[in-house]
Amino acid sequence: MIEALRPAFVIVRREVRDQFRDWRIIFPIVGLTIVFPFIMNWTAQQMLDFTNQYGATLIADRLVPFLLMIVGFFPISVSLVIALESFVGEKERSSIEPLLNSPLKDWQLYLGKLISSTVPPLISSYLGMAVYLGGLIINHVELPEPVIMLQVVVLTTVQAFMMVAAAVVVSTQATSVRAANLLSSFIVIPVSFLIQWESLVMFWGNISTLWWVVVGITVFGGLLVRIGLAHFQREELLGREVDVLKIRWGWNLLVKEFRGGAANPVDWYRRVVSRSVRGLAVPLTIVTGLVVISLVLGTTFVSTYGFLIPTDKLANAGESLNNLSQVWPMFQASSILLIWWQNVRVLIIAMILGVFTFGVLGVLPLMATMAVSGYLGAVLTTSGVPLVSILALFLPHGVLEVPAAVLATAAVLRAGAILATPTPGKTIMEVWLANLADWLKVMVGIVLPALVIASLIEILVTPRIAVMVLGN
Amino acid sequence: MIKADGLTKYFDNFLAVDQVDLTVSEGKVLALLGKNGAGKTTTVRMLTSILRPSAGSASVAGYDVVRQADRVRASVGVLTEHHGLYGRMNSGEYLVFFGNLYGLAESETRRRAATLLERFGLADAAKKRLGEYSKGMRQKLALVRALLHNPPVILLDEPTSAMDPESARIVRDAIVQLRAEGKTILLCTHNLYEGEELADYVAIIQNGRIILNDTVENVKLGLLGPAEYEARLAAPLDGILPVLPRGVELRSQGVDWLRFRVTDPAFDNPLVLKSLLDQKLPVVVFQEVPRSLEQAFLWAIRRTDEEVSDD
Repeated sequence: MIEALRPAFVIVRREVRDQFRDWRIIFPIVGLTIVFPFIMNWTAQQMLDFTNQYGATLIADRLVPFLLMIVGFFPISVSLVIALESFVGEKERSSIEPLLNSPLKDWQLYLGKLISSTVPPLISSYLGMAVYLGGLIINHVELPEPVIMLQVVVLTTVQAFMMVAAAVVVSTQATSVRAANLLSSFIVIPVSFLIQWESLVMFWGNISTLWWVVVGITVFGGLLVRIGLAHFQREELLGREVDVLKIRWGWNLLVKEFRGGAANPVDWYRRVVSRSVRGLAVPLTIVTGLVVISLVLGTTFVSTYGFLIPTDKLANAGESLNNLSQVWPMFQASSILLIWWQNVRVLIIAMILGVFTFGVLGVLPLMATMAVSGYLGAVLTTSGVPLVSILALFLPHGVLEVPAAVLATAAVLRAGAILATPTPGKTIMEVWLANLADWLKVMVGIVLPALVIASLIEILVTPRIAVMVLGN
Repeated sequence: MIKADGLTKYFDNFLAVDQVDLTVSEGKVLALLGKNGAGKTTTVRMLTSILRPSAGSASVAGYDVVRQADRVRASVGVLTEHHGLYGRMNSGEYLVFFGNLYGLAESETRRRAATLLERFGLADAAKKRLGEYSKGMRQKLALVRALLHNPPVILLDEPTSAMDPESARIVRDAIVQLRAEGKTILLCTHNLYEGEELADYVAIIQNGRIILNDTVENVKLGLLGPAEYEARLAAPLDGILPVLPRGVELRSQGVDWLRFRVTDPAFDNPLVLKSLLDQKLPVVVFQEVPRSLEQAFLWAIRRTDEEVSDD
């Protein structure tokens, strides 16, 4: 194994040496290592004095580790610049081809670039944090608890890893350094949101939550590396494509993948859609499992957040529903559309979330819905509503709605998984468009029609059952 | 050592290389000639396992370019069209880096690097940063890099294009020596005199297809016909129509020269010379008319272009 890693470290050594010969990299790193922590020390001192004047010691306690995080974060932002340039920069300078001609394996080259982009800024980050903490000691400021300091160091490390992993993916796929820099906003913006959220947690939340953030970022970074390697193609790195938005090409590919060579709609349903559904066997199993887990979890929330519905309100539920149906246009087409669109919108949001998280967050809307359903069901049963009655309110439309949502979510999960799977001869964009087409096939072919029927039932049938069940 | 069967490459719908068949055996040099964009670099990149062929197969140094890509890369020295050196390194650091990538021990790399740098006249610039190198020096260093791991197969893309005549001579001599050492060499060049001087075989590629693949002599014979000979005189012919021996075909005639073809030069040419002298014609030069590979190449390209436009 060590012998296999050797070529990667040959790359690391060269890259790091090259970086330390470039004043444009050295200057900010040195500045952020030496100058910036002193500024932060001064800021910390001023703010501590200010907050202590008003007895806000809690803020003061949390300010010190927060500033430690900021001191650590700034140098690792340099890693983004280095990583973005790692492949596409060599491509622009034509130095990539001799590397590609060498007997390096793809993963060795990739790992070498990944490590070399991470290590110098990370060392600078550690040094900066050490200088900051040293300054605190000199100024007799109480240091944060060791576990919090460790947390900040680990968080900084995994954030650097995640940012570099994302930037290297961008660098392997971009056609020029300019394009890579422009695409970096896809990394900078989410990371800045993450930092803001972490800051909130540090000041007002439970700091131990940040360990979960560490786990999440590590998994996400690992997925990014997996994706980068899966779509690393020597051929693409030598391409001479210009940076143009190929809308027509993308549209044509999407349409072609969506049609799947079907001769007519019947053929499309029988051959193309069924093939897509067959490919969902594993994600369907996973999503079904998650649905069950969410339902069970939802029911357990009752013990913490539960409440009892007053008996008189339950007794009048039938009458209330009757009154509601008088004022609310329950049996109209607009209501059907409203419910249908609400469901579709959630599935689209799931897809969008899935796109940016390799399917992981795409399951959240369904899980949240099922958890809420489980919770409501549990609240109703503990309030004395028979389970059969609850099922009668839910099952008529749910029997279509839930499987449709499970199917759509499984398609999102699969799309994310495929993105992280090697697809020789295809670019990330081609794979992504094929995934989108697959999701559309399932949506258009099965999910949307099923949701229309479910909405019809929910408007025309379920309320009548509800009145019948609750009226009695 | 290099064998390609029906090698084909599509970029989306564009056919860049179309069923290329090539064979270069050990100790031979094949010159791959073609216009810009004809498919030379794409062919070389497929043979170095960087590009995956859309169809066909190829083996280099006995290894399949698709299935044994790592071994192919380890067995090949490639001089690419763009040298892409690292400007902040010096030649020693640069060559040690590549030596390490090819699994050479550092002492071995340094020994070979010193020999090659000396051979190509770069030893004096060893301490200079590569960013300060001239274009020709960069090209020579890229060639040194390609030869560093002593590969049995060498693929050279325009090896002397940026060099001054002296450096180009050094590189050409090196290629001759490498051939003598038994290396298999594929040479892509626009310099047809270089191709003619160095190559045992010539393959002309046009629009991705090999339109001709043979020895240099056969290519010239096939495209330009049998050799012509020329006699130059010290005085004008003044309208005299020289009588030539039977079987000798007079091809053209000028004020003080004439060109002819013979069936068997070794037998016929002395007879022609004797005949001219017998007719009191003052012959001062008697030689084969020089015919370059360039003429043959241009002829072949023009013919293919005409065939394409006819279609």
